[in-house]
Amino acid sequence: MENLLSIITFLPLVAALVLALFLRGDDPAAARNARWVALLATGATFLVSLFLLGGFDPSNTGFQFVEDRTWILGLNYKLGVDGISVLFVMLTTFLMPLTIAACWSVESRVKEYMIAMLVLESLMIGVFVALDLVLFYLFFEAGLIPMFLIIGIWGGKERIYAAFKFFLYTFLGSVLMLVAMIAMWFDAGTTDIVQLLGHEFASDNFSLLGIQVVGGMQTLLFLAFFASFAVKMPMWPVHTWLPDAHVQAPTAGSVVLASVLLKMGGYGFLRFSLPMFPVGSEVMTPLMLWLSAIAIVYTSLVALAQTDMKKLIAYSSVAHMGFVTMGIFAANQQGVDGAIFQMISHGFIAGALFLCVGVIYDRMHTREIAAYGGIVNRMPVYALVFMFFTMANVGLPGTSGFVGEFLTLVGIFQVNTWVAVVATSGVILSASYALWLYRRVVLGDLIKESLKSITDMSGREKAIFAPLVVMTLLLGLYPSLVTDFIGPSVTALLTEYHASLPASVAVLAVH
Amino acid sequence: MTYADFSIILPEFSILVFAMVALLVGVWTGKDARATLILWLSVAVLVLAAASLAFGGGPARTAFQGMFVDDAFARFGKVMALLSAAAVLAMSADYLVRRGLMRFEYPILVLLAVVGMMMMISAGDLMALYMGLELQSLALYVMAAMRRDSVKSTEAGLKYYVLGALSSGILLYGASLVYGFAGTTSFAGILGVAQEGHLSLGLLFGLVFLITGMAFKISAVPFHMWAPDVYEGSPTPVTAFFATAPKVAAMMLFARLVYDAFGGVVSDWSQIVALLAVTSMFLGAVAAIGQTNIKRLMAYSSIAHMGYALIGLASGGVQGVQSMLLYMAIYVTMNVGTFAFILSMERDGSPVTDIASLNLYARRAPLKALAVLVLMFSLAGVPPMLGFFAKFAVLAAAVNAGMDWLAVLGVIASVIGAFYYLRIVYYMYFGTEGDALDTRMPAPQWLLLMGTALVMVLGIANLFGLEAPALAAAQALVQ
Repeated sequence: MENLLSIITFLPLVAALVLALFLRGDDPAAARNARWVALLATGATFLVSLFLLGGFDPSNTGFQFVEDRTWILGLNYKLGVDGISVLFVMLTTFLMPLTIAACWSVESRVKEYMIAMLVLESLMIGVFVALDLVLFYLFFEAGLIPMFLIIGIWGGKERIYAAFKFFLYTFLGSVLMLVAMIAMWFDAGTTDIVQLLGHEFASDNFSLLGIQVVGGMQTLLFLAFFASFAVKMPMWPVHTWLPDAHVQAPTAGSVVLASVLLKMGGYGFLRFSLPMFPVGSEVMTPLMLWLSAIAIVYTSLVALAQTDMKKLIAYSSVAHMGFVTMGIFAANQQGVDGAIFQMISHGFIAGALFLCVGVIYDRMHTREIAAYGGIVNRMPVYALVFMFFTMANVGLPGTSGFVGEFLTLVGIFQVNTWVAVVATSGVILSASYALWLYRRVVLGDLIKESLKSITDMSGREKAIFAPLVVMTLLLGLYPSLVTDFIGPSVTALLTEYHASLPASVAVLAVH
Repeated sequence: MTYADFSIILPEFSILVFAMVALLVGVWTGKDARATLILWLSVAVLVLAAASLAFGGGPARTAFQGMFVDDAFARFGKVMALLSAAAVLAMSADYLVRRGLMRFEYPILVLLAVVGMMMMISAGDLMALYMGLELQSLALYVMAAMRRDSVKSTEAGLKYYVLGALSSGILLYGASLVYGFAGTTSFAGILGVAQEGHLSLGLLFGLVFLITGMAFKISAVPFHMWAPDVYEGSPTPVTAFFATAPKVAAMMLFARLVYDAFGGVVSDWSQIVALLAVTSMFLGAVAAIGQTNIKRLMAYSSIAHMGYALIGLASGGVQGVQSMLLYMAIYVTMNVGTFAFILSMERDGSPVTDIASLNLYARRAPLKALAVLVLMFSLAGVPPMLGFFAKFAVLAAAVNAGMDWLAVLGVIASVIGAFYYLRIVYYMYFGTEGDALDTRMPAPQWLLLMGTALVMVLGIANLFGLEAPALAAAQALVQ
């Protein structure tokens, strides 16, 4: 199929339009229809995307399923996937039906909620398949609009503050990237990502406002993209929007945010920063690695002190994203493989953890850890599921969380032992906060009056968790499922990366 | 006046004749009895004139010994000005009738102002420039004070008049300096004298004064002080008009002046224009944050937008002018839609301009709220709306011209500016229950609101084919 990627990208958008134009009324029947349309549309998108997975040839390291048309202002409408992006598309299409099912109990403005979710899905897929700089930017930025509305309309008490912070923070990061993109456009004469990957940007040192810029234009471009991806990722110290956004967003919003939106930053580093600005990346690598290490330790400690469950998991997400950036900038096969693996696996695990919080939040309407305790007595199935994902979050061997952390640590150990030592202590810290959370919420005696009548998971909730459990276990036990797909592309990327480093910079990096 | 001259100014002449006839009819039938009819006929005349210009084509021609230029650039600008004036007239009919402001002079003043604008856009001589500018401005002064029994409207008119006269004085002073040092008032003649390295101090002074006059007309910082008060005080249809057609005309005249007369000394004026651009963007973005009145907010918004358009102009070259033209076209479209909505804001039949009154508007009128949301994000320059491509075009021009710093400042200002557009969305979608706005909206306003919102979304497919004419227009100007 020639237009497969366009179909996958815009199918949810079409469904959103159908909902917007043809569904009338405010009654429960209309709400039910909206839910079903959204579920069917996301389900259909997932099924169609299976063709993508089936037709994808992992041994081919180039872009596949490419669509190319001329667009406005000298830009191209170009789509395509390679080994790095194809799994992110699958992750998105896989998680969206579950997310829609998870917000089944939303009562207010259901139609609008579903429309926002569907539009968001289109834009997220678009980010991963776009092969034109400006097209990428368009999808990347446009995703802010539905997310702004999801947080602002359906969020918690402090939702206004969180929505504005989320929007302005990420917007500021991204616009600098836009300027860098325009500069790249005029330097290379094209906005086609495939051609830009082969273009060598100037890396001669020059001085700007009296400061010597090592790596020249590449470093500046790297920093501009870094401004955007670091905020999106988020990396310490620009992560502060994430806990606010997570806590205030409705459950489904949190899931999408943690599972997919955060991955855009990591994907961006792999798609742009590393291959297009190798010298800039190499110059900035020590900074990136230490920022990652600080993120892992610092946010884990912060997570220990949280009293709000969602905030705790949000900080844990930041810590896990620290492993991702660390793996990416280790710039070796294990590191980058591990980073991508960690992103995919974190998509399942963090999504599931937010869903776990959502389950008890729906019943008790509080996220305070202190309000719970001993719910294992009333909710045995829930306790089991929650324990599974807690362990996966900690990185227990056998779950996908272990593979990602282990690979990134192996990767970084070969590059920078000190960073590896600091980062490994984060593994212990993550066990402390995750297990402690589990103990406080689930274990112990059930003494709180309010919890006496709490009910266990319904069939719908079990059905949502089942695929996530399966995927987490499957990837944990058989990681080659992922690494076979990404391996050749990653190898190609890294070969290209190391080949394009001038000898002097390579020496600089070793010391 | 030869026949050839006449055929070139036919569109202007027709509008003028129609305005005169309408004036006679209006006086003859007395007491605004035919005002509504005249208004709709004026809309028709404007649209016809725009169509004849858009589809007329033909090579560049000049009339009256080069005083009046008819080229692709002029046609592009005139079509923008004519269509936006027609749109504003169409959407203000209902408002004027319901507020008892429907006087037959209103459409006639709009027509006269439009003739002035067309004259400005086609000016090929300092005399023609001044004539067009004053014809436009005098009509606008009267319109600002149209609501005679309102103190604010009268104040707006007076303020606009006094400051406008001051700026005209500065402009004239600049013109006289240029005449004195160049020995001619025709743009072509000035272009021959003002060449790189040979720009005399007197000419430079004249240029600066001329630019000051232009900056006042497009309300670029630091010559913007009149805009918020005049926008707030004037009746809303007049505000809508101020924000659209005159802005286009003044920006086109600005471009015409700096390229046709001073195209040989681009580096001398581009720094000044860049400075105007930066200050306008930042002041427009920062000062609008505290506004609670939506008309004042739109005044600051238009100041900021003029800053972005000036980036295109400062970048120079064909690409810069093309991006400026695209920016202005998208800007007027967004503003027409936004003002169509502002015109419909009323509670119990009386107009409201407080932003807080939009509380939870989305719940009562979801479709209209969605259209406004699209327009607001477009004004903020968030993709995938067309407003993003407007900003993208000017930023690209700036980077290509080596003015990366200007582009960086531009995007930073756009983030600050995004805040107040988001605030409107916030009131509409997340606000708290309060006194509800009426949801009544007459058909022309509804059509323009929905139409412009749709344009903002659908335009990303191919910009409605606007790129090629904008390029042709830019080439005609820059050569």
